[in-house]
Amino acid sequence: MEVIGKSVIRKDALDKVTGRAKYTHDFQSIPMLSGKMVISPYGHAKIVSIDTTDAWEIPGVRAILAGEHFPLTGEAIRDRPPLAVDKVRYHGEAVALVVADTPRIAKKAADLIRIQYELLPVVNSPTQAFQKDATLVHEHLGEYKKEEDSTPVPNSNIANHIKIRKGNMDQGWAKSTTVVEASFSFSPSDHVAMEPRCARAEIKHDGNIIIMTSSQAPFMVKRLIADYFGEEIGKIVVHTPYVGGGYGGKAPVQLEILAYLASKAVGGKPVEILNTREEDLISSPCHIGLDATVRLGADQNGKFHAAEISYWWDGGAYSDKAIDVTRSGAADCTGPYQIEHVWCDSYCMYTNHTYASPYRGFSHSELSFVIERTIDMLAQKLNIDPLEIRDINAIRPGNRTPTRVLLNRSNVGNLPKCIERVKELIRWDKGAILEVNPRFVRVKGVSTSWKTSTIDTDAPSGAILTFNRDGSINLMSGVIEIGTGTKTILAQILAERLKIDLDKIHVKMEVDTQTTPEHWKTVASRGTFMAGRAVLKAADDVIKQLKNIAAIVLRAPVEDLEVADSRVFLRDEPYTGVPFTDICYGYKYPNGESIGGQIIGRGNYILRNLTHMDQETGAGKPGPEWSVAAYAVEVEFDRRDYTYQILQACSVVDLGKVLNEKTALGQVMGAMNMGLAFAGRETFFYDELGRVMNPQLRTYRPLRYGEHPKYLVGFVETPQLDGPYGARGVGELGLMGMPGALGNALSLAAGVNLNNLPLTPELIWKAKGGSQ
Amino acid sequence: MTGQTKGRGTLKSFTISLTINGEEKMVPVMASDTLLFVIRHHLGLTGAKPSCLNGDCGACTVHIDGRPMKSCLMLAVEAAGKKVTTIEGLQGTPIQQAFIEKFAFQCGYCTPGFIMNCQALVEKHPDADDQTIKEWLSSNICRCTSYAEIEEAVKSVLKKK
Repeated sequence: MEVIGKSVIRKDALDKVTGRAKYTHDFQSIPMLSGKMVISPYGHAKIVSIDTTDAWEIPGVRAILAGEHFPLTGEAIRDRPPLAVDKVRYHGEAVALVVADTPRIAKKAADLIRIQYELLPVVNSPTQAFQKDATLVHEHLGEYKKEEDSTPVPNSNIANHIKIRKGNMDQGWAKSTTVVEASFSFSPSDHVAMEPRCARAEIKHDGNIIIMTSSQAPFMVKRLIADYFGEEIGKIVVHTPYVGGGYGGKAPVQLEILAYLASKAVGGKPVEILNTREEDLISSPCHIGLDATVRLGADQNGKFHAAEISYWWDGGAYSDKAIDVTRSGAADCTGPYQIEHVWCDSYCMYTNHTYASPYRGFSHSELSFVIERTIDMLAQKLNIDPLEIRDINAIRPGNRTPTRVLLNRSNVGNLPKCIERVKELIRWDKGAILEVNPRFVRVKGVSTSWKTSTIDTDAPSGAILTFNRDGSINLMSGVIEIGTGTKTILAQILAERLKIDLDKIHVKMEVDTQTTPEHWKTVASRGTFMAGRAVLKAADDVIKQLKNIAAIVLRAPVEDLEVADSRVFLRDEPYTGVPFTDICYGYKYPNGESIGGQIIGRGNYILRNLTHMDQETGAGKPGPEWSVAAYAVEVEFDRRDYTYQILQACSVVDLGKVLNEKTALGQVMGAMNMGLAFAGRETFFYDELGRVMNPQLRTYRPLRYGEHPKYLVGFVETPQLDGPYGARGVGELGLMGMPGALGNALSLAAGVNLNNLPLTPELIWKAKGGSQ
Repeated sequence: MTGQTKGRGTLKSFTISLTINGEEKMVPVMASDTLLFVIRHHLGLTGAKPSCLNGDCGACTVHIDGRPMKSCLMLAVEAAGKKVTTIEGLQGTPIQQAFIEKFAFQCGYCTPGFIMNCQALVEKHPDADDQTIKEWLSSNICRCTSYAEIEEAVKSVLKKK
């Protein structure tokens, strides 16, 4: 391995440290109209009237969209009007849209639109939504167009219900001598990408629709806009430059729809909509919340035999991607443990909250908190060491997942090894509790997680390679550079396969859906796996073409040729060869005659052998492989006021193969940072009207510099045989176990079960009975 | 001076002189324009980023006479006569190189603001201790990295000083 595994400097590094990296809102060469939303101030209310008279008085206002019935949108169920009509279903929902000459004018006019509301009862949690007589968020749920495998229940708030029925529960409970049962709950929160979402659209006279957007899914933007509005798909071109963070939040299609409608309303002129931070938090889709109950049974040796799990996901006002989150949460409902008898109901619930989008981990960090807390409660009851009980039950080759996929050495990582490494890194042998003094105690908590990526069974990825005359190569992939460094990894994969210097590879960072081959969506840790496979195939295609032309020039059969160091040469006589520069644009004989042409490589990949899950039992193969990780967190807890400091956080991840060590470390540590913030402090606070009380970064506080712990990261390398060089996805794993590990540490420290998030001192105080 | 009177209030536009990255520029501004808006929209310098527009995140940090300033919290007219430096004005500094080598960026959106803050810190407090570094850098938010990478980058430059 020449380049694989090396911490090569990222291809986007210089752009990013010099301020030259351009994001959607940075392209300012063409004059743009500005779109401004008017958003709902309430969680649930009837729209009585919308008065735009005063807004129209402002010079420079070009269009106002409100009260119009546009086609319904939404990925799995078409339940979402682009602009609310008749009623609003969440605080932050777009009700009207002003298009004006400048952002200032648009804002001023938007402020002058007068909307009268009549308040409706608010559905403020998924548990409340599930009650028999609950207020309905959607009265006409049965009438929406939907995908076949979505199962909304008309006249209820259930948007989807996924079932897992594995084994025989009676047998499972019979074998269980110890059973624990617990309930869990946490509210929605947010991704808080530093770049607020931004979308612009222009409709040209020939009907071509040009969109630029800060999206993780430009190809989905193209597909859905065509689908929703009956546009010709080939006429839609979506550009995505660098994206300033996504974490799943930029995978849904939302602002693009509004920008398209806005442009349409002004004769196709270009219109830009840039979210304010407040809009980005509450108006665009957020991080899903969850209510859950678990019953887990084990024998006296700590072996799990039965699990009965109910998940009520807080999908918010519209189902969109929450349907798939619900399915994913069911597919991996138990966490990475071998449990023979499993019964799970996973419900996607409508509430009057901001609707949910994917969030790094796609249901797995949320369910991991639930499962890992339950396991600690069980371990305590059985008086078994928390790491030991996890090791006893850790999923292994030969086991079957809740959807009954048979696991082998390739399609699941090595969890026992991850647990073993965590044990060493966190110095578990020194004990979980260390008394500092009567006031302070240092406590460790552990957890594990797993994930398979349940994306579309036919999700594609493609790569194109073109040569420059100097023998260097342009690499085009539909993966978005959202910060993960995947495009640098792809260059490394290409360099390794072609045995070429990495500097000879030029990576196109911007994606446009017309000239870049499709990568389904830059989500689910699938960039390296799928695009990597496509790049390998494209590299092989290039090698074949290079050899074909070199065979003629060198008068040797192709099977005698090798490719390395930017030349093709005879295997047995390496000094006899031809450089890329002589053949990559065709070969020219001394007399001027030429053969060949520019070498253009192509490669594609499509997920294989995935199936839909059975509607009654959940059986099916929802994802290609299960990556695993183990975690620990050490806190110093203040018994006086229940504040705490996170001293150390540890993750050991089986990533198959390290492709770029520092990038991998960055992915894991960055995810841990985000996971600790989700676990310890981030949440939306709702009032009785369903209003988010903290839609700002001074009241909704991510971790800041200096609040970060010491990070301990370890890698295990169990190759996924069909992954590029054996690599597995790595972008989400660091996050997923943090809530569980922190929850377990603090529960032990405080001496009380903490089954809610975020784990604030106030929450601990309440759990200790402080409010009474 | 041009004026436009409509609705409730008057929108007046002035021309002011700004010294940006060592160059003097005449820029048309309105009284209520923030410095961030003007450097991005009138001067085309898009390195400083809009993110919270509320002083909470630091993505728009620039230098005013060598001190870090959130340009979303400062009016453009307040910058007249002062020396403004944006990320575009930093070329090949040790802190930029350290950010590259320590992988102290990922999506890159907070990076210009972070680097401007770090650069001012390095200049003002070459002997900064952990507490001082924390006081300075906690004004910016990075959502991708773990901060440990940024810590390593800034400390590697401080050590060399």
